[in-house]
Amino acid sequence: MALQDIAYGDLATTPAHAVSLRGVSKSFAHGPAVLDRIDLDVRPGEFVCLVGASGCGKSTLLSLVAGLDEPSSGVVDVAGARPALMFQEPALFPWLTAGQNVELALRLRGVPRGARRLEAERLLSLVRLDGQAKKRVHELSGGMRQRVALARALAQDSSVLLMDEPFAALDAITRDALHEELTRVWAEVGLTVLFVTHNVREAVRLGNRVVLLSSKPGRVAREWDVDIAHPRRIESAEVAALSLDVTDRLREEIRRHA
Amino acid sequence: MPDALASLEAGLDALDAPAPDAAAPSRPRRWLRVVPPLVAVALFVGLWQLAYVLEVKESYALPSPLDVLGSLGEQWSKGTVQEAVKNSLHRGVLGFLASILVGTPLGLLIARVRVVRLGIGPIISGLQSLPSVAWVPAAIIWFGLSDAAIYFVVLMGAVPSIANGLVAGIDQVPPLYLKVGRVLGAQRLAAARHVVVPAALPGYLAGLKQGWAFSWRSLMAAELITFSPRLGLGLGQLLETGRELSDMSLVMASIVVILAVGIGIEMLVFAPLERRVLSRRGLAQA
Repeated sequence: MALQDIAYGDLATTPAHAVSLRGVSKSFAHGPAVLDRIDLDVRPGEFVCLVGASGCGKSTLLSLVAGLDEPSSGVVDVAGARPALMFQEPALFPWLTAGQNVELALRLRGVPRGARRLEAERLLSLVRLDGQAKKRVHELSGGMRQRVALARALAQDSSVLLMDEPFAALDAITRDALHEELTRVWAEVGLTVLFVTHNVREAVRLGNRVVLLSSKPGRVAREWDVDIAHPRRIESAEVAALSLDVTDRLREEIRRHA
Repeated sequence: MPDALASLEAGLDALDAPAPDAAAPSRPRRWLRVVPPLVAVALFVGLWQLAYVLEVKESYALPSPLDVLGSLGEQWSKGTVQEAVKNSLHRGVLGFLASILVGTPLGLLIARVRVVRLGIGPIISGLQSLPSVAWVPAAIIWFGLSDAAIYFVVLMGAVPSIANGLVAGIDQVPPLYLKVGRVLGAQRLAAARHVVVPAALPGYLAGLKQGWAFSWRSLMAAELITFSPRLGLGLGQLLETGRELSDMSLVMASIVVILAVGIGIEMLVFAPLERRVLSRRGLAQA
């Protein structure tokens, strides 16, 4: 049954783009443009990393896609429900347990009370936190907190996950493990990810595509398709080679401001 | 391969998770919490006794600790102390609850509505520095020597503290929490219920604690002045009786009881409540 039905279903329901930005500009008050005529399409299931120096408007761009802010001009189009958004800080609510944090997201999504606990447990075990639901936030390590935040984001059940430097505050070993974890969850759940980072190697390690933004104003400067097979290692020669290329272009962009 | 990641992560979790001891500073041992205050009280009583023996003041003006204890025992056997404590606590608790009912919506309004904040925010803050005893003459003129006058003074004392505590609590909610609330799809009311109110709870609790202290103080001030046989005997009135009779032992016994009730409520109600709220959030506690 499956093949035909799925193909048909995909055609009918899957939009061509999970996220689409057309000529998007953003400026605050009377300041100069932070983002300038950005065109960017993210296909469903794609993992796109945005890199750029400070002032390139990466976080502003995520806020626009998340619907927390409106573009000054242009169109932001997101398929499906409100996208989930993760920050550098886990931003878990300290008055709730790990499990309750996930359950709150389910509740605000309208999941009935009876189903919440089991679903929260399922999501926590997806990020390998089985049996940690009763822990308080301050009893968890930084990496565990960020995984609870990932479970909470997944609880929103949106197909698009936006990530704003989510691993920047973690130590290198934990970050490396979370890269692996995120790649696994991305493949398992079939998410579309738009991931913002300063870290070029991280971008190459994770993404299908790396998009370089120029600074002041933020424009798409260049894109690279990352054709490196999974599982990838951040230390591998392929990742290093492409990172070198991206970093050279990023430095060029920065020198223009000297 | 996935198993290797699972065990790597399990190892990291075990190594990195804060040790329980580090997360929750161990509460001082019971004797450490009991003995130092007792020693302090004993020292104070010793100094007092010394001052009495050296006759720093005449004995009618400075009775000995035993005289005060005796006076307390005498009032106790007459049932006066119990009645005064009962009446004052009744008024204090009732006035405090009324203050919560008034102060909470007021604080919410000041915190959330800009015009209200600009308009009455500074006035409410200023009212906190006005000694509530200043309201007693006005209260007597408006309400006569009645319970209403007493409650009015208590309200004027406690409401600003409670409102201000709530405003401070709401102002200190990290903006990131509000952002997370919006990302999770919490609309205005849901955001207030699931994010703002719980996040502001420690500040609100601090306001309630101060509000109780102000209620109790204001009540004593009011009782001291609104002295009338029509009103039930309260601790303030007991104090005033002592002054009228120039019975210093009774005056000091009343002070001791007023203090004891204040400390008792703090230790039995607010301290445990605060400890519970803070330790859940992994916040250190004094």
